[in-house]
Amino acid sequence: MIELLWLVPALPLAGFLILALAGSRLSRAGAAFVGVLSVGLSAVVAAAVGGRFILSPPEGGAFKQVLWTWIQTGNLTAEIALYLDPLSLVMMLVVTFVGFLILLFSVEYMAGEEGYSRFFCYMNLFVSSMLILLLSSNLLLLYLGWEGVGLCSYLLIGFWYKDAANGRAGRKAFIVTRIGDAAMILGLFLLFTNLGSLEIQELMGRARELWPVGSGLAVAAAALLLAGALGKSAQLPLQTWLPDAMAGPTPVSALIHAATMVTAGVYLIARTHVLFSLAPPVQHVVAVIGAVTLLYAAFAALVQFDIKRVLAYSTISQIGYMFLALGVGAWSAAIFHFMTHAFFKSLLFLGSGVATMAFHHERDMFKMGGLRRKLPGTFWSFLIGCASLSALPLVTAGFYSKDLILFQAWSLRPGARWLWAAGLAGAFLTSLYTFRMLFLTFCGTERQKSGAAPGLCMTIPLALLSVLSIVGGFVQLPPMLGNVAVFSDFLKTALPSVAESHGVRAEVVLMIASAVVSLVGVGVAYILYLRAPRYAEGWARNPLGAALRALWLAGWDFDWVYERVFVRPFVWIARVNREDFVDSFYDAIAQIHVSFNCLLSRTQTGYVRWYAMAIALGAIIIIGILVFL
Amino acid sequence: MTPIPIEHGLILAAVLFALGLAGVLVRRNIIFILMSIEIMLNAAGLAFIVAGSRWMQADGQVMFIFILTMAAAEVSIGLALVLQLYHRFKTLDVDAAHRMRG
Repeated sequence: MIELLWLVPALPLAGFLILALAGSRLSRAGAAFVGVLSVGLSAVVAAAVGGRFILSPPEGGAFKQVLWTWIQTGNLTAEIALYLDPLSLVMMLVVTFVGFLILLFSVEYMAGEEGYSRFFCYMNLFVSSMLILLLSSNLLLLYLGWEGVGLCSYLLIGFWYKDAANGRAGRKAFIVTRIGDAAMILGLFLLFTNLGSLEIQELMGRARELWPVGSGLAVAAAALLLAGALGKSAQLPLQTWLPDAMAGPTPVSALIHAATMVTAGVYLIARTHVLFSLAPPVQHVVAVIGAVTLLYAAFAALVQFDIKRVLAYSTISQIGYMFLALGVGAWSAAIFHFMTHAFFKSLLFLGSGVATMAFHHERDMFKMGGLRRKLPGTFWSFLIGCASLSALPLVTAGFYSKDLILFQAWSLRPGARWLWAAGLAGAFLTSLYTFRMLFLTFCGTERQKSGAAPGLCMTIPLALLSVLSIVGGFVQLPPMLGNVAVFSDFLKTALPSVAESHGVRAEVVLMIASAVVSLVGVGVAYILYLRAPRYAEGWARNPLGAALRALWLAGWDFDWVYERVFVRPFVWIARVNREDFVDSFYDAIAQIHVSFNCLLSRTQTGYVRWYAMAIALGAIIIIGILVFL
Repeated sequence: MTPIPIEHGLILAAVLFALGLAGVLVRRNIIFILMSIEIMLNAAGLAFIVAGSRWMQADGQVMFIFILTMAAAEVSIGLALVLQLYHRFKTLDVDAAHRMRG
């Protein structure tokens, strides 16, 4: 049963091939059928493999399937090999199931669009690449999947390519993540030249033996891998591409730019956690970046008016939480938050897709409103998503995962309590901007006429994701609330578990603190955006408030700075050097040959007698040379 | 009867060859050019025969038979070209062919 693992990435790949080769000949229903079925079957196989894995765990807690040898040269051996351990199993299940639900949703959401089969084609390629990334047993194959998801992200952001702005957003995403990717491949080179292998498990074992904690090589390698993770996961300072990536269709934002691809950085760090443990400075940087990013993005999300940009900044912020968890060494907490985040964030994106569709693709929240009565089902599922994102206590999945991160940030880094404080402040901002979004979109008066209710293909994924957004958290409950540790116990063989250092009392206090903070956030949002909007408007008119608002609206002006520091000088250099001076040398060589060619072509007159004369002369000259010399 | 000295035969061959070459270079009518080429071939053949008889070897005559065969083939292709040229340009002037492009 477990040997069927290879089918998990192979099925979406087959779907991609069918759609790419025969997509234009399939009917719309046929394309949707192939696209959804391949990922659905992959999810079924993943569930079967996962069930087998849990019921009878393989020896050593991991299963490796070597398919064939990819490259063998010198001492480099790269295999196409899949590696299934609890970490990749959790990621695989989330990717296939959430991916399936989102594809099912897009069957109806994309129904009226041009390029229907192209959409499913790219989505299948994405799911396949993501699974290759997650399941690969060596870093080279992981890098292949890593680049594959980047490519699909680019293709799907620019899906509506007829609008030039969408193409620009796609290129921006591609180029910014490429900066991280370049650093990452350097990290791979460094690891290979020093440790002589790219097989992840072997690599980690050798690193542990050969490199002492804090050694220069370990720090350098971890820093380079971190740079790759920052680019993919849209963390400071490479976060600027994600808000623009919202130019793509909403299901794409849900699947790629919220639930799966952007968390690849989290996965990479968790997968190579040994390396990061050997480099404490880098690990501390991970935590700092996470904490700063989560605050940065939460502030930016507070003032956006485009509903998808709110969710984009919220994604950056939530991944900041995961980085914070990784940085303090709470590995399984990060993966736990990844899982719950995948559920509630894709739910929110799909819900926002329904809302924008009801308002004829209007994404400005200030032009929506009052959807609660029109679309009660969507309202409730969106409310569940918002509650989970804001970590409302006890009933939501987000509460348990975020609380675990905050608690472990507190207990594992007693020297840097500000990390915990940043997380707590972020929790307040999160519930503030989340419920601002909910109130503006679904409550209040209807500012524009809204359209039809969603059909079955859209409501089923919403309903299932709503359920998951609630029950997904019950696999890991804190000690005084049932003390369930199924999730971290399951991950124990792949990720080291955390030693509990504080007593229950501290945990209760911390939990109450985070619960109160998130509830206060909801209350403030209620007052500011529903009950008494005049306060919010008053602040917006105040010069300081207006300046802050403009700053946050532009994402702290990172784009402005990058435009001036990197883009403009680069464009300037490119323009100055348009006639590339290196090229002039090669151009000269070409020019000389062209002029010789002109000279010689003069001799080809077409007069046969001249040719005969030339032959005779040549013969006479050669004979003369032979006779007289 | 004294044998003809080899120099005489070779000088005759050289004169014939020079005549043929001059014909090829100065004539414009393609048929005359082909005939001049025949003369050059036969001059070369004569040189082979003379040399063969000087050293009492059959090789010279063998080579002449080769040249004859080759000349026959050459003439057949040459005449085909003549027909084509005439068909296309309505003239036998080889210089007319310089108008061709390609």
